Amino acid sequence: MSDKVLMKGNEAIAEAAIRAGCRHYFGYPITPQTELAAYMSKRMPKIGGVFLQAESEIAAINMVYGVAGTGKRVMTSSSSPGVSLKQEGISYIAGSDLPALIVNVERGGPGLGGIQPSQSDYFQAVKGGGHGDYHLIVLTPASVQEMADLTGLAFDLADKYRMPAMLLADGTTGQMMEPVQLPETEPVSVEKPWAITGTGMKRKHNIINSLYLQPEELERTNFERFQRYAQVEENEVRYESFLTEDADIVVVAFGIAARVSKNAVLAARKAGVRAGLIRPITVWPFPKKQLEALSHTAKGFLSVELSMGQMIEDVRLSIHDKRPVRLCNRAGGMIPSPDEVLAAILKMQEEV
Amino acid sequence: MIVFQKPKSLTDAEFHYCPGCTHGIIHRLVAEAIDTLGIEGRTIGVAPVGCAVMAYNYFACDMAEAAHGRAPAMATGIKRSLPENIVFTYQGDGDLASIGMAETVHAATRNENITVIFVNNAIYGMTGGQMAPTSLPGQVTQTSPYGRDVKTAGYPIRVCEMLSQLDGPEYIARVAVNNVKNVKAAGKAILKAFQNQVDGKGFSLVEVVSSCPTNWGMTPEKALQWVDEKMIPYYPLGVYKDRSAEVTAE
Repeated sequence: MSDKVLMKGNEAIAEAAIRAGCRHYFGYPITPQTELAAYMSKRMPKIGGVFLQAESEIAAINMVYGVAGTGKRVMTSSSSPGVSLKQEGISYIAGSDLPALIVNVERGGPGLGGIQPSQSDYFQAVKGGGHGDYHLIVLTPASVQEMADLTGLAFDLADKYRMPAMLLADGTTGQMMEPVQLPETEPVSVEKPWAITGTGMKRKHNIINSLYLQPEELERTNFERFQRYAQVEENEVRYESFLTEDADIVVVAFGIAARVSKNAVLAARKAGVRAGLIRPITVWPFPKKQLEALSHTAKGFLSVELSMGQMIEDVRLSIHDKRPVRLCNRAGGMIPSPDEVLAAILKMQEEV
Repeated sequence: MIVFQKPKSLTDAEFHYCPGCTHGIIHRLVAEAIDTLGIEGRTIGVAPVGCAVMAYNYFACDMAEAAHGRAPAMATGIKRSLPENIVFTYQGDGDLASIGMAETVHAATRNENITVIFVNNAIYGMTGGQMAPTSLPGQVTQTSPYGRDVKTAGYPIRVCEMLSQLDGPEYIARVAVNNVKNVKAAGKAILKAFQNQVDGKGFSLVEVVSSCPTNWGMTPEKALQWVDEKMIPYYPLGVYKDRSAEVTAE
């Protein structure tokens, strides 16, 4: 294994992507993910890769679409307003069953919003974002180490299931520096007989396409795609469970909100409240079964989010509203303090 | 002896185009250029959104179907991934000059080594005849029922003139396919646009002034006349930029 190095989260994603075999990066400047593009612009020319600063987020995602069609690992990164612009292309990539990685280092919204960390693109990331029926595999790093680890995983899963994956980070994890051990594993190689690489006059032409004018045919592609999605939901749920076995109050949080919540859970335990934490690492697929199982033992759930309450809907759906679910949130770039989360846990304890 | 046959780079699929539409001629010219250069096996085409949306069924090479206007960006990705392959886009006027203008201009200014076939028929065909960025002043369309009023709808965009102001692109030319002479010249320009890419010269765009009898509400013959009388005076044919020729001349 390699030694630990001190890196910014955004840079760790970039280096991990290169180590995962990504040699094509397309992006457009936006805070707070700029370091990622800057890192790629330095490294790619030295390793025979492609860095291209596109004219827009729209162009960038469509360049990604092109490379993805040729079967090579490719990525783009942006922050919330820019990711909105990419939604058209993401829908096409999903509709053409292509693997690609999209990184969203979220900032506060809506509109131009702010440049401080946020998790308010949750709906956009896990419920579709663009038009039509599709999903992304959405991974949520809570540390610089995870930014590196989940980047490689995202590429592997995207290839395995022929679908785009998203790393849903936030301005805090993107900007903070932590020690990280960079992955040294060889990227998983997947056959891509569908790729457009030129027929070489040896096969029928391949077509990368999301257009099906016959409704029966389009319906069939949607059903087939959702069969694949069902496999992802079955096989690829990832989460961290912390002190949940005997927990009365289960806190659910991801990313930076989960790190704050962990401290609050420990403080609650010291105060005599049996609190625990479920940290979804994949928010699509969502750890539904795990939360449902806990609903038999826990008395209440607390969704801690950097938004006006988006993931809380999935928490409620997961446990079928069998227990009270409350929201502890900050928005617009604010992060709750451990004391704020602790106060919410203690209040919930009184309620249940 | 075979004196005339279908280009090998076209599939056996029947075109869906309207009677009298010139897309068929332009598809043929593109396929002939690919055949002439012997590059079918390494060519990748990018179809647009518009009447040519199903061009991926007609060209025998590998094909991709882009989002509306994004073909030059998608082609950029493909070419950057596979620099030894030949990559072309085939786009209409709404696709290239309206919703995809940014992608067009920036692919040109990067001198992206791709070939762009731009079919200008001054109307949105697929959606039933709306005003295009290239519709002529006074032209009646579904969304300019009183004629294109330049005071409110602005002026048509002359793409070749505009792109030739950039330092980036290698070759910018406008041709037409409304008579035999023009079809021959169009074939030469399209061949050159592909040859340039084979030679690594860079961004080559051929605008093909085309007709749309269905949405213009004309017979095919009258539509070809309209190209001569109305379109070509507004969109003069010729080579607008040819960087290699400039270097030779100097």
